[in-house]
Amino acid sequence: MASLVIDSVCKSFGSVEVLRGIDIAIEAGEFLVLVGPSGCGKSTLLNLIAGLETITSGEIRIGDRNVSHVPPKDRDIAMVFQSYALYPNMNVRRNLSFGLETRKVARPDIDERIKEVAEILQIQDLLDRKPSQLSGGQRQRVAMGRAIARDPRIFLFDEPLSNLDAKLRVEMRTEIKKLHQRLGTTIVYVTHDQIEAMTLADRIAIMKDGMVQQFDTPNGVYANPANRFVAGFIGSPAMNFIPVTLSTENGQLAAPLVTGDGRRFVLPVPQKTTGLSPGRDVIMGIRPENITDFQEGMETWGHIVPLECRVKVLEPTGPDHLLYVDVNETEIVCRACPDSARKAGEMMKLAVDTTKPLFFDPQTGQRIDIT
Amino acid sequence: MHPTSRSSKWFAALETALPKIVVAPSFMVMVVFIYGFILWTLYLSMTRSSFLPSYDFVGLAQYAKLWRIERWGVAVRNLLIYGGLFIFFCTLFGLLLAIFLDQKIRIEGALRTVYLYPLALSFVVTGTAWKWLLNPGLGIERLVREWGWSTFTFDWLVTSEMSIYCVVIAAVWQSTGFVMAMFLAGLRGIDDAIIKAAQVDGASLPRIYHKIIIPSLRPVFFSTFIILMHIAIKSFDLVVVLTRGGPGYASDLPATFMYSYAFTRGRLALGAASAMMMFFMVMAVIVPYLYSELRRKQHA
Ligand SMILES: Nc1ncnc2c1ncn2[C@@H]1O[C@H](COP(=O)(O)OP(=O)(O)O)[C@@H](O)[C@H]1O
Ligand SMILES: [Mg+2]
Repeated sequence: MASLVIDSVCKSFGSVEVLRGIDIAIEAGEFLVLVGPSGCGKSTLLNLIAGLETITSGEIRIGDRNVSHVPPKDRDIAMVFQSYALYPNMNVRRNLSFGLETRKVARPDIDERIKEVAEILQIQDLLDRKPSQLSGGQRQRVAMGRAIARDPRIFLFDEPLSNLDAKLRVEMRTEIKKLHQRLGTTIVYVTHDQIEAMTLADRIAIMKDGMVQQFDTPNGVYANPANRFVAGFIGSPAMNFIPVTLSTENGQLAAPLVTGDGRRFVLPVPQKTTGLSPGRDVIMGIRPENITDFQEGMETWGHIVPLECRVKVLEPTGPDHLLYVDVNETEIVCRACPDSARKAGEMMKLAVDTTKPLFFDPQTGQRIDIT
Repeated sequence: MHPTSRSSKWFAALETALPKIVVAPSFMVMVVFIYGFILWTLYLSMTRSSFLPSYDFVGLAQYAKLWRIERWGVAVRNLLIYGGLFIFFCTLFGLLLAIFLDQKIRIEGALRTVYLYPLALSFVVTGTAWKWLLNPGLGIERLVREWGWSTFTFDWLVTSEMSIYCVVIAAVWQSTGFVMAMFLAGLRGIDDAIIKAAQVDGASLPRIYHKIIIPSLRPVFFSTFIILMHIAIKSFDLVVVLTRGGPGYASDLPATFMYSYAFTRGRLALGAASAMMMFFMVMAVIVPYLYSELRRKQHA
């Protein structure tokens, strides 16, 4: 177990800047998830932590040790790859023991360790098989076993679940979380799947174009995204972004909304910063679960505004239904209880939670309702 | 109604038969000129044929005679030396070159062509070039002597015990590039992540090659072995050009033996018997290979 500090790390391949000043620090035992769209530099950053690529500038510290120019074998890390990267010529037992043998661990200790790891991952019956004789899920377990067997100071995972089918992925996700709780080892986990990131992480670093957009807890990035990219990336279905021109209604700052059939509604906006002023064009972000079906008595709550819209499309998901409606010439998604959701083409009264909207600058995408 | 249905039936029949009609001539040619002639050779090897085929059946007498001829013994011994060394060195150099080229060298494109180029030459050209190089009066020996080392000798080509090794040198030079290409393809098929995983596991590069990469190339070793083996058994032109089987018959191989007995010395039946021996050697290699290939396909 060790802490990890990534201090203004840059990486270029030739003239291509892939990472541009990454700053991340986590405590020993924390679960860090690097998440972002494909090609944003997650794997590159992980390879830098592993020492498989050399950093162009900056510094990486594991524990108190600067490992920026230490070769991978001396960093005391273990890595799980997306393709699993099992040694094809060795059976599972040898795959697990290879790292220990290389490090000249005594034979009885190796056997002991393999037995322990096989038990943790339930792969006792697979030890004598070759990787080609295993299913995807089994290979995934063996790949994790190989990492665990070494008992490293940090685990690095590069999209370990993305080659599994949906059901197995969810199961393994839970299992990785349990494993972390059991072993307590620091983990850096790369994924492009925001649900994986939210469910696993103690801390999330959301990356785009080689830069960290936000580094925060899962709740932090969900409730308080730093910019429009983060707001749209985290959450499923994604946050709605509605262009509005702020105005003053009855002496209060408000966001006027016009539905697809031309009805006008006004959403009062709490004036938190000077960024929000009447006449300004802004992007209002609001999550689908904050626009729900209107229920009796909600008008007395004080922060609920009704919004009557024509339903364009209805998508049942089971626990709730997703409704698509038009507001300010933008299609938005709302999440409603199945009992009160109306069919496509019908009018429906929705309830908007006025405490929830976030406001972004239309040009820069930065939040403007926080200081 | 009737005529149309009859003619359409005729067309349907033609359509199903057409592929067979198209393939038939080449199939016939193949049956006659490959399998037919193999059988004819087999039959000739069991007759008393000399300059011209004769059809007095003598059973396996020619085979018994063949194995008593000293020159055949030399040819078989040479094949063992030549085949063994040829396969060993082609595999060794091919593998080393492939590993070397796999290290993400920029000039790889150019280098690969350099190594593969000999393959584009026929064995006749290779043989002629190496004949000059290895000729004591023209090639390497003379060059080194002109540099001032006047006692240097390199006369394998004209020494009975060593001339077969000259054939090995030329053949290895020609075929190494091809073996390298096979290994390079095999190495390219190995996931980069496996090497990364081994590095993280603490293994040095030599250990990674020794313990993981080379062992996973086993199928490539196997195919390479089969291909080189049958090239070795069929070797003919290189020897003819380089040494003419000489000095004397010191560098004869079964193929040159066969040619000389069947076509220049008028012992057609003996030549046929030696040809059949080569055929059996190739079969002994190919049949188990095909068998294992087919079995693997069935399992997969
Ligand atoms: N060895 C390399 N040489 C050149 N460019 C590379 C190399 N590795 C990665 N890149 C580039 O760096 C960018 C980030 O890659 P990567 O870290 O693999 O992204 P991610 O894992 O987030 O999908 C990509 O645009 C990729 O093309
Ligand atoms: Mg990646």
